[in-house]
Amino acid sequence: MTTVSIRAPGISPPATTKARRRIRTRLPAAFALLPTALVVLVVYIGCMLWTVRLSFTSSTLLPKLDWVGLAQYSRLFANDRFLTSAENIVIFGALFISGCLILGFLLAVFIDQNVRGEGIFRTLFLYPYAMSFVVTGVAWQWFLNPGLGLQKLVRDMGFESFTFDWLVNQDMAIYTIVIAGLWHGSGLTMAILLAGLRGVDEDLWKAARVDGIPTWRVYTSIVLPLLRPMVVTATVLLATGVVKLYELVVAMTLGGPGIATEVPAKFVMDHLFERNNIALGTAAATIMLIAVVSVLAPWVYARYVRPQGRHA
Amino acid sequence: MSAVEPHGRRPRHLTIGRIGIYAFLITAALFFLLPLWIMIVTSLKPMDEIRLGNIVALPTAPTFEAWTKAWSSACTGLECNGISVGFWNSVRILIPSVVLSIAAGAINGYALSFWRVKGANLMFGILLLGAFIPYQVFLYPLVRIFSMTGVYNSLLCIVLVHVIFGLPTMTLLFRNYYAGLPLELFKAARIDGGGFWTIFLRVILPMSTPMIVVASILQVTGIWNDFIFGLTFAGRENLPMTVQLNNIVHSTQGERAYNVDMAATMLAALVPLVVYFVSGRWFVRGIAAGAVKG
Repeated sequence: MTTVSIRAPGISPPATTKARRRIRTRLPAAFALLPTALVVLVVYIGCMLWTVRLSFTSSTLLPKLDWVGLAQYSRLFANDRFLTSAENIVIFGALFISGCLILGFLLAVFIDQNVRGEGIFRTLFLYPYAMSFVVTGVAWQWFLNPGLGLQKLVRDMGFESFTFDWLVNQDMAIYTIVIAGLWHGSGLTMAILLAGLRGVDEDLWKAARVDGIPTWRVYTSIVLPLLRPMVVTATVLLATGVVKLYELVVAMTLGGPGIATEVPAKFVMDHLFERNNIALGTAAATIMLIAVVSVLAPWVYARYVRPQGRHA
Repeated sequence: MSAVEPHGRRPRHLTIGRIGIYAFLITAALFFLLPLWIMIVTSLKPMDEIRLGNIVALPTAPTFEAWTKAWSSACTGLECNGISVGFWNSVRILIPSVVLSIAAGAINGYALSFWRVKGANLMFGILLLGAFIPYQVFLYPLVRIFSMTGVYNSLLCIVLVHVIFGLPTMTLLFRNYYAGLPLELFKAARIDGGGFWTIFLRVILPMSTPMIVVASILQVTGIWNDFIFGLTFAGRENLPMTVQLNNIVHSTQGERAYNVDMAATMLAALVPLVVYFVSGRWFVRGIAAGAVKG
């Protein structure tokens, strides 16, 4: 870590005129950062606090600045729609992250076996990530609809009693969202892990081969621990995707059947902009905020804030 | 990242193991291709064939009727001008948003990695934390601020929102890239008497092409695929393509025209797909750069 003061070399600092000149030359840099500083202050901090503050009011259609304590929160935790949302995001998050990691790791390892057409496979596995969640949702909704999609396809092939109605089944609908999510996100995990695999030292492979360790053992016991940073990166990327889960649900199920696939982000959007219940919406947003910060703050602190200044 | 050699054992013959590897990869490839295949064939069939036929079968007589309808006359709510309206809206949102957010990222990154400004690291830390916070936390107050200042529901509004929420990634991207440039270069420019902007425009910016390409890929796909900001901030006149697609799919009265839906979906996916196939490895680099380094 080197510091980046902009001292001309050979000049020892603190003569006051020099110091003043230094401040003057830095002024344009400070000005350049000013708009971003304002955004940080007004949007990232200001709007966040405003949202938290609104969650303690009784605002409905228009924001009020009264104080009702934790009333909105107790309403929130008695709200079926919110409880279902919370439960769904836990199910989706667990299955989506672990599914993407497992599938992504398998794809990366299989691609790493010196296969022909590696580039084609890689391209095919990753392209869904370029598509929007709306596109993903619409495509999977069409494929999984029981009337004309997969269920009909299999039945027409002669399996008359085949049933796959998860999309319209209250208990199973959330899993169709997981499937669509896996389709969208596992290629990304594959790409990140494959880059990691290619960075593993060749000597390690030679040594393992000499010792006669089976390839799969090398992957699970030696390579996987080496890939830890990539696994962490992929997990963080996937986790931010989980919190943002909204469009996929809107495009695929609109939260239905009933409230079976509601998620927190959609709960907030609906209450803020359609159901005119600002206080309840902001209370749910605050819960989302608390959940995210408690998971991610230590990670961001250790990774970015503590090692200050330049580091390559 | 120079070592791009696979690590698996060299293939000798076509063993059972090799067949297994290919079987797995091909099955996976089919899983990833299936939705795209279904979208394409469905969009080329008339509705009768869709109702009676097989969802994965090739169309017997391919027709682009659904594509023309999706483009120019499908109904998004009350209006029936097709998704072309959304396409042009997305273009008008995309261009200024991408240019401005990259410019902001480059300037921030430059100021952060070469100049010492008090509190800059703290600001950067908060900005990065902000990248992880769900948008729902900011949306309502932001709507209030924009309506108070009179820019709510306009092109300017949606562009500003994209720039604001692009700041963390763009700044991080350029900061890390510039941190890798030799400091001597900057010092030499300082000794030659270059000021903040001169050094940026004459020395740093010309060296930034790789990062600008990566940032463009990231922002073009990200902003084109955005739904939530377009829905909340763009206003009825400027709704982007993703929102219009969702409206087409969900607001059709009577029987759903799946072929039109799928054609519209393909149209909405076209720009990011082209970016993806043209950019190749740069695409992966873009995603990774935003997160892996740091």
